[in-house]
Amino acid sequence: MYNLLNNLIGNEYVAAVIAAALPLFVFILPFALAAVLLERKVSAFMQDRLGPNRTGYRGLLQTVADILKLIQKEDITATDADKKLFNLAPVLVFAGSYAAFAAIPFSGAYIGSNIDLGMFFILAISSIVVAGILMGGWASNNKYSLLGAMRSAAQIISYEIPTALVVLSLVLVTGTLSLSKISEQQTAYFWNWNILGGAGLGFSKLLLIPFMIVGFVIIYISTLAEVNRTPFDIPEAESELVAGFHTEYSGMKFAMFFLAEYANMFAVSAIVATLFFGGYQSPFGYLGNTLHISWLVPLEQFFWFTVKGMFFVLVQMWLRWTLPRLRVDQLMTVCWKYLIPYAFVNLIIVGLITLL
Amino acid sequence: MALKTEEMVLNMGPQHPSTHGVLRLEVELDGELVVNVKPHIGYLHRCFEKHAEAMNYNQVVPYTDRLDYLASMYNSFGYAVAVERLLGIQVPERVDYIRVIMGELQRIASHLVAVGTYGVDIGAFTPFLYGFRDREKILTLFEMTCGARLLYNYNWVGGLSHDLHPDFVPMTREFLKYFKGSLVEFNNLLSFNKIFIERTANVGVLPLDTAVNYGITGPNLRASGMKWDLRKNDPYSVYDRFDFEIPVGRGEKGTTGDCWDRYYVRIREMEESVKIIEQALDQLPDGDIQSAIPKRIKPPVGSVYARVENPKGELGYFIVSDGSANPFRLKVRGPSFVNLAVLGELCKGHLVADIIAILGSIDIVLGEVDR
Repeated sequence: MYNLLNNLIGNEYVAAVIAAALPLFVFILPFALAAVLLERKVSAFMQDRLGPNRTGYRGLLQTVADILKLIQKEDITATDADKKLFNLAPVLVFAGSYAAFAAIPFSGAYIGSNIDLGMFFILAISSIVVAGILMGGWASNNKYSLLGAMRSAAQIISYEIPTALVVLSLVLVTGTLSLSKISEQQTAYFWNWNILGGAGLGFSKLLLIPFMIVGFVIIYISTLAEVNRTPFDIPEAESELVAGFHTEYSGMKFAMFFLAEYANMFAVSAIVATLFFGGYQSPFGYLGNTLHISWLVPLEQFFWFTVKGMFFVLVQMWLRWTLPRLRVDQLMTVCWKYLIPYAFVNLIIVGLITLL
Repeated sequence: MALKTEEMVLNMGPQHPSTHGVLRLEVELDGELVVNVKPHIGYLHRCFEKHAEAMNYNQVVPYTDRLDYLASMYNSFGYAVAVERLLGIQVPERVDYIRVIMGELQRIASHLVAVGTYGVDIGAFTPFLYGFRDREKILTLFEMTCGARLLYNYNWVGGLSHDLHPDFVPMTREFLKYFKGSLVEFNNLLSFNKIFIERTANVGVLPLDTAVNYGITGPNLRASGMKWDLRKNDPYSVYDRFDFEIPVGRGEKGTTGDCWDRYYVRIREMEESVKIIEQALDQLPDGDIQSAIPKRIKPPVGSVYARVENPKGELGYFIVSDGSANPFRLKVRGPSFVNLAVLGELCKGHLVADIIAILGSIDIVLGEVDR
């Protein structure tokens, strides 16, 4: 994408800026707008309510109105807050979750930055979010924020371990950390997806299937925890900590946290989809290939990618409005006593199978 | 060398999403461990007892509604029983039956709020709205009868303000039929959810002796294992004519008297209330809804203590009469106020999240704590 733009514009810096800003304006912002509305509608559907239905046709403009309201709000900084850190925190949180999109392949034709260590980059860069959350919690000078931030830091760091272990077992199968290569390997049809043992045919593929499913469950649970969604929404547990680390934030700064949360939701869903469910690959082959219309294929890929991502986002919402919340020590128990040992065993077995 | 640490004091409330009203908790924390919890009350004090001395007996009824505002029917029920005992009169049988029906419907409504908000405290938002959906149907029944949805002013001294609406009996039967299924749904969604059990079982265990020492009553006492229900142990009105069980905590998921037991006793009490209402509807006699007493009541000199089993526990009215039209002294023994006292004892050594779980399981209403 960058190369294309570079050729088109002729200035590599301008091209880089455009390539970087593209996912934000084309994808993340519209997605966040849609996802917030979707979340409210889904929860309303589950709870025997109507949900927003006054702004625009059946409430479609509700989030737009909310954003406008948030922009107009006074930007309050608490008197005793550490102003620099307080202002920096939402930026850092948003930057962390936004940067993850750089290495996510949206389709065969678009990936922000096609680096070989894509998955590794995402794991690393999303850890910046923790720093932002800690900063926000500390700088707010509010006890609830501090407790929320501490919990969040502990939680995100702990749950990165099972995520990394599952990613590692997947790397043993695919032999690459590049997300676009992982996507390419799972091409054409759904039986080539990693959840079904990856591309190719053979005995080891059949053996891999159960362990891939275990891996998928582990990574999905731990990514839920990493983005602070129920049942792991402990950092912002509203019944205990009011709003957790962003209690003191208002207006656009609050919106930044909010946007980051929804961007993160999609990011982790996209990663899970890419690793296990073929990424942007269509499950049933491409219409563009059959009709010999070459430009249709990337569009189809983008469509499938969005569908898969949205599916996992929907599952996250479904879980959120069904399950209660774990306690902070139970959360750690789940991670250290169950997920990590299982992930380790899974890694060893997958390793043995790939040796076969 | 050990790091120097100190305890942190966290003020929870009076503006906090989970203190169930304007309660302030002064929480001493060691990290996330609770060292001490001190409830500060009084933000909703309205001088009800003193105020009652300046009103005649019938005028007090609307104010009793405002004690435990989630169980208004039952508060005025208790007050009516107390004044009638002071007067030494017997109300018509129909009045007693209607009072029981209304009281038990109110118990279901109150418990629905209790278990629903408890779900929110634990982090599950959906059961709360399911609870409110069902409560709405009960409120419709009340509205149909007396026109009000929260503060009814329905149980007057010596009778009722309105007779039942002609549709009331069939609609109530329909509701009860629906509600049995709804409770099963509620159980599947929340009560037996693994995460919910993890959060509530073995948390905030209230041993029976502590409960008795603190004077805990109602579902909280029963959850600790004591079969004590004024409807059976000290029957008033016509409760001795119905066949129902007293659910007690059995420690199914953890220890007897833990949060899950307190929660589940309420669910089972709703089932029992359904039984009582069904029987009362079957036996409902015809007759007057007011006994023949003068408009201006002047009870003989003396005092009375009448207690009823409010959804939250033992609601007692102590009334002293000096022979005039106003009570000389009116004292309320509110179950929420007494039950709240044990909070500090229960929370010690638990985590911050457990304070919320324990407070929610005690089920207080600040309108009654502060009066």
